[in-house]
Amino acid sequence: MANKRTTEDEAVATLSDGMTIGIGGWGSRRKPMSLVRALLRSDLTDLTIVSYGGPDVGLLCAAGKVRKLVYGFVSLDSIALEPHFRAARQAGTIPEVVEYDEGMLQWGLYAASLRLPFLPTRAGLGSDVVKNSPDLRTVTSPYADAEELLAVPAIPLDAAFVHLNRADERGNAQFLGPDLYFDDLFLGAAATGGRFVSVEKVVATEELLANGSFHTLKINRSMVDGVIEAPNGAHFTNCQPDYERDEAFQKEYAKAAADPEAWAQFEQTYLSGSEADYQQAVKNR
Amino acid sequence: MSDANTTTDATLAEICVAAVADAFAGDGEIFASGMGTIPMLGARLARATNEPDLLISDGEAFFVANDLAVGSSDKQVEGWIPFRTVFDTLWGGRRHVVMGASQIDAHGNQNIANIGPWDKPKAQLLGVRGGPGNTINHTTTYFIPKHTDRVFVPKADTVSGVGYDRAAELGDWVKAHHEIRRVVTNLAVLDFDSPDHRMHLVSTHPGVSVDDVVSNTGFELVVGDDVATTRLPTAEELRILREVLDPKGFRERELPS
Repeated sequence: MANKRTTEDEAVATLSDGMTIGIGGWGSRRKPMSLVRALLRSDLTDLTIVSYGGPDVGLLCAAGKVRKLVYGFVSLDSIALEPHFRAARQAGTIPEVVEYDEGMLQWGLYAASLRLPFLPTRAGLGSDVVKNSPDLRTVTSPYADAEELLAVPAIPLDAAFVHLNRADERGNAQFLGPDLYFDDLFLGAAATGGRFVSVEKVVATEELLANGSFHTLKINRSMVDGVIEAPNGAHFTNCQPDYERDEAFQKEYAKAAADPEAWAQFEQTYLSGSEADYQQAVKNR
Repeated sequence: MSDANTTTDATLAEICVAAVADAFAGDGEIFASGMGTIPMLGARLARATNEPDLLISDGEAFFVANDLAVGSSDKQVEGWIPFRTVFDTLWGGRRHVVMGASQIDAHGNQNIANIGPWDKPKAQLLGVRGGPGNTINHTTTYFIPKHTDRVFVPKADTVSGVGYDRAAELGDWVKAHHEIRRVVTNLAVLDFDSPDHRMHLVSTHPGVSVDDVVSNTGFELVVGDDVATTRLPTAEELRILREVLDPKGFRERELPS
């Protein structure tokens, strides 16, 4: 049985410029932030990022890593508007922007995970999603209703990053919080070799059911290529029930984002070193 | 009416909560979903009074069977409603959402995505979020805490939630399932009950004139001779709101009097 343990930097080292990377979680909830920080440390560029966006999107936009962004929204939840994402949109610095309805994004990931070219839906019809993504096409129901539906194209990913609570070293991963979000679909949409799960704690397989019922085991090892032990790895987003969002830190982040000098200082303090340096700097506040 | 069932000390926020609650009338056993404090309180008040079959969530991932106070975690869970199940429920039509709007036009086209051109917006807001899917699949109501002609615009810069004119172009299924029931603001209650589904003034809140509403609206409203005064919450509704659903007064922070 394969031991799939790896590190954030090793995972990122397998990626190339121009790749499409899906990032799990939702807004400022259970984001694989230690993997995002590894992306920030890398030389990777021209990335396509697919996300129910939070600070992952903001940080990657601020670092100039994003050539194309595919999202349903970008928000910090308790702070409604993500400051770096806003700044990048308003400056027009993201070359390609695909803004979908939340359900459309799920459908694109689901289509990719089922190896279908598209899935039909009504969500998006009549809205400016269609106008702003002129590549979108409709499809006519082949049945008697002959209804015209939106064909959401599959969103295949070169890599996917998600953060969960527990996993064994083979990649059986467990969410203990109230919502899986769409993490299984991000993994399902991603190419074999690029599916990375960071977790708060790697445990023995026989310990997986100690903290939650079998219903929490929605990610199995056939969906995962790399397992990264990353305690506090979702910081400053939440990772329930292990920890809540660090609201004070998030406020500091948003405040710093509003001012270039303050942002340079924030980067110097928190993002200039390794993940261990980051976690130490957070403790030192 | 000035008997024991009415009070005159209802705040603007409380009047709006009651108006949102009224929007759920007749909905029965569906997910009543409110984005923000006053919409959430409206849904919870409706279930606590006239629509007891409504399903109410904790705003996170659970249906709650008790009258949960805003900001409280003292919940009696009756179901699991993670985001994926929310999408299933709303695509299946078993939901009525109350959303906000940064812009809305006379036909109910709503924008929460951005202000200015989409390619390089003057202000990037949330993105379309669930607006397109909500409005095409189930009933939608809007709560707008600041009724001005910057929000009530002739044309929304980006359309997130689909209005009646656009829905009409999408065929019979959409026309049968699309409904924007109410728009509740700090000044008035509006609906689209007019021949061509243009926004229509139902009632103005106590102390607000029809002119106040018209002059703060950037398009022509349908205004009949029958504009009412928005009802005040009953004494029982105020008791439930103040003692049970929002004892800490979060409603006044969202909409100060």
